[in-house]
Amino acid sequence: MWKSRLLLLLACAFAAAPMAGALPAHAVQPDEIMADPVKEARARELSRELRCMVCQNQSIDDSEAPLARDLRLLVRERIAAGDRDGQVIDFLVARYGEFVLLKPRFNPHTMLLWLVPPLALSGGGVALWRYSRRRGKSAGAAAEPASPLTADEKARLERLMTPDQPV
Amino acid sequence: MIAEAGHYALVLALGLALIQSTVPLIGARWRDVALMNVARSTALAQLLFVAASFAALVMLHVTSDFSVVNVFENSHSLKPLIYKITGVWGNHEGSMLLWVSILALFGGLVAAFGNNLRLSLRAHVLAVQAWIASAFYLFILITSNPFLRIANPPIEGRDLNPVLQDIGLAVHPPMLYLGYVGFSISFSFAVAALLEGRIDAAWARWVRPWTLMAWIFLTLGIAMGSYWAYYELGWGGWWFWDPVENASLMPWLAGTALLHSAVVMEKRNALKVWTILLAILTFSLSLLGTFLVRSGVLTSVHAFATDPTRGVFILLILCVFIGGSLSLYAWRASALKQGGLFAPISREGALVLNNLFLTTACATVFIGTLYPLALEVLTGDKISVGAPFFNLTFAPLFVPLMVAVPFGPLLAWKRGDLLGAAQRLTAAGIAALIAIAVLWAWTYGGSTLAPVAIGLAVFVIAGAFSDIVERTGLFRIPLKTSLQRAGGLPRATWGTLFAHAGVGVALIGIVCETTWNSEYIGSMKPDDVAKLAGYELKLDGVTQRQGPNFREMVAQFTVKLDGEKLSVMTPSKRNFTTRESSTTEAALLTRGASQLYISLGDTAADGAIAVRIYHKPLVLLIWWGPVLMAFGGTLSLSDRRLRVGAPKPAKAVRGLQAAE
Repeated sequence: MWKSRLLLLLACAFAAAPMAGALPAHAVQPDEIMADPVKEARARELSRELRCMVCQNQSIDDSEAPLARDLRLLVRERIAAGDRDGQVIDFLVARYGEFVLLKPRFNPHTMLLWLVPPLALSGGGVALWRYSRRRGKSAGAAAEPASPLTADEKARLERLMTPDQPV
Repeated sequence: MIAEAGHYALVLALGLALIQSTVPLIGARWRDVALMNVARSTALAQLLFVAASFAALVMLHVTSDFSVVNVFENSHSLKPLIYKITGVWGNHEGSMLLWVSILALFGGLVAAFGNNLRLSLRAHVLAVQAWIASAFYLFILITSNPFLRIANPPIEGRDLNPVLQDIGLAVHPPMLYLGYVGFSISFSFAVAALLEGRIDAAWARWVRPWTLMAWIFLTLGIAMGSYWAYYELGWGGWWFWDPVENASLMPWLAGTALLHSAVVMEKRNALKVWTILLAILTFSLSLLGTFLVRSGVLTSVHAFATDPTRGVFILLILCVFIGGSLSLYAWRASALKQGGLFAPISREGALVLNNLFLTTACATVFIGTLYPLALEVLTGDKISVGAPFFNLTFAPLFVPLMVAVPFGPLLAWKRGDLLGAAQRLTAAGIAALIAIAVLWAWTYGGSTLAPVAIGLAVFVIAGAFSDIVERTGLFRIPLKTSLQRAGGLPRATWGTLFAHAGVGVALIGIVCETTWNSEYIGSMKPDDVAKLAGYELKLDGVTQRQGPNFREMVAQFTVKLDGEKLSVMTPSKRNFTTRESSTTEAALLTRGASQLYISLGDTAADGAIAVRIYHKPLVLLIWWGPVLMAFGGTLSLSDRRLRVGAPKPAKAVRGLQAAE
């Protein structure tokens, strides 16, 4: 809790400064790193998707709270035990709930979250298209000349448009 | 005495704001010039009193008057002078006072430079400004008074949070607020237009420079904050999709859209209703940002519920202003006449497309930031929405936008020629393809996405130049004539070039940093050598040092490249005794646009120290991009068209009277 209290303090301290948390020390500690670089890379990748639950929106890869360290070690333990990425995630969700995922799964209660961006884009696109058609039509109607040019007028226009001919 | 004077000045400012929010409106109703002119003098007087109040708080902090709660809680007598001053807005009460000071500043500017505005429009605009100001003065006086005294003054203060004791605090919040609050002007103009039920090209010509100015400050403010986080937090991240950051990104996205739609309105008298809506939304998002950060609702919905006074007050302000302005919009917008027809493929069409993508991006950030809060309040379910979600939803929106950016300036107003624009972008397209091919061959086997993204960025940058090349006839006519033509181009055209190129530059930085960033994490003892990206970093030793209000442990690294000594880097860890907390001061070595980054961790029992070293290729481009954008904005702001301002109808009227 010491961590979240500090974050509260920071959040109260000033508006909109991008400070997700600010303490010394680091996220991944030297003693946590796995010997196999491929597995370590997988662990880092997974860590970025998982939330440190006592922090404000920080991944366990970024956070230096003790809980984040425990979770990082847990992820590495599961990888060392031969789990696939999906299994590691499932294991953590089973233990800590969906709160641990920084990218929520698509299910009924997150449907709106996932659908707003595509719906906003397509809805806006359709609205614009219909609007431009409607306006285009009314404009087309308005722009229609009251009466077409007569043959005489056309000939005069022709003369005006050709530079060398005397008017 | 100073505290009481500051408090009293603020109360007087509230009184003035209340007059300013009513009398000019009555004047406009009765067509009474004297009553309408009250707006001008009250706005200026308000600025004077708020400035006095702010100066009083600065004075209290500088003199370390610990009988004032705000100073006691956020200052220390040993703190360096600069942090005593910046500490004024490094806390809730002080930052709200800065907020209203900047609001009063903008109101004063409109009053001082608004002489050629239509009188009733000026009266309306300043009245709306005063509504906002009154609400926030009340908020400060009732819930967040920075001038409260302590009965038994302590001898020493509690010091400012060490993380905030940085030059970043001097620049970042004021810049950000100039941006946030600057959008209040476009909001006031929009509401005034709705109240009056009339809107014309002169309106757009007035709104555009104010919006542009706010946008420039917000752009710089966000970039500055990002760089601050990058060097201060010690793990080299520069954007976290944190709700607090999102709160500043939303007004930026909406403001960028507003900037572009205001161009259409000014030039073609079209998109009026939409521009008004965007002006309202942009400032509403600024208010939302203030609410999110100030109410504590972000930390936890429960923290908000336990001490709701401040949060509920801002929520109330939020509801009244957003709800009120949107209702007014729904009621009056249909009265505004639409003008300026255009074909879908045209400059206007391109700007509409820009608006579609920017507002969708804004909606994405909005839902991602607020959904977890709403879900928890409604169902009690807790979910997290973080960087992976935003990366997945935000990037697909920005790719088509980036592809479209170079086309916009090349399309003609009313009816454009897409094929012609594409032909003129051939060179830019070829440059992009070459960039992709070269990078792909160079990083063969690595990321395939990164070269494509950089190609896109090259397309945006080269595309931005295409417009100028086209207009000056460079390479087609003699160079001298081209240069003459370049000199004759409006500054706004150059502004567009730099702003658009800035987007591409920032994208290159982002892609390089995220794809080719390399890091070393390990324990080091003196004389140990770490190797990273061709550099050799030797830890020479660790020393202790005493600062003004902290003790620090400094490590010294010698950096070598190809066996030759380049430089010395000294990262440190500071311990602040008063708050018993510490900060990591990362050491940065800049090589071109790339940086080496060292930050220190804990010391082990055997004397080894945990060290993180990063090599971040082209990372500085991430911030040079926004600086270029802001530079472009400034050029555009200095354009003759905007300097001259709207034509003065007053003279014409006088002329007519003389003829009578």
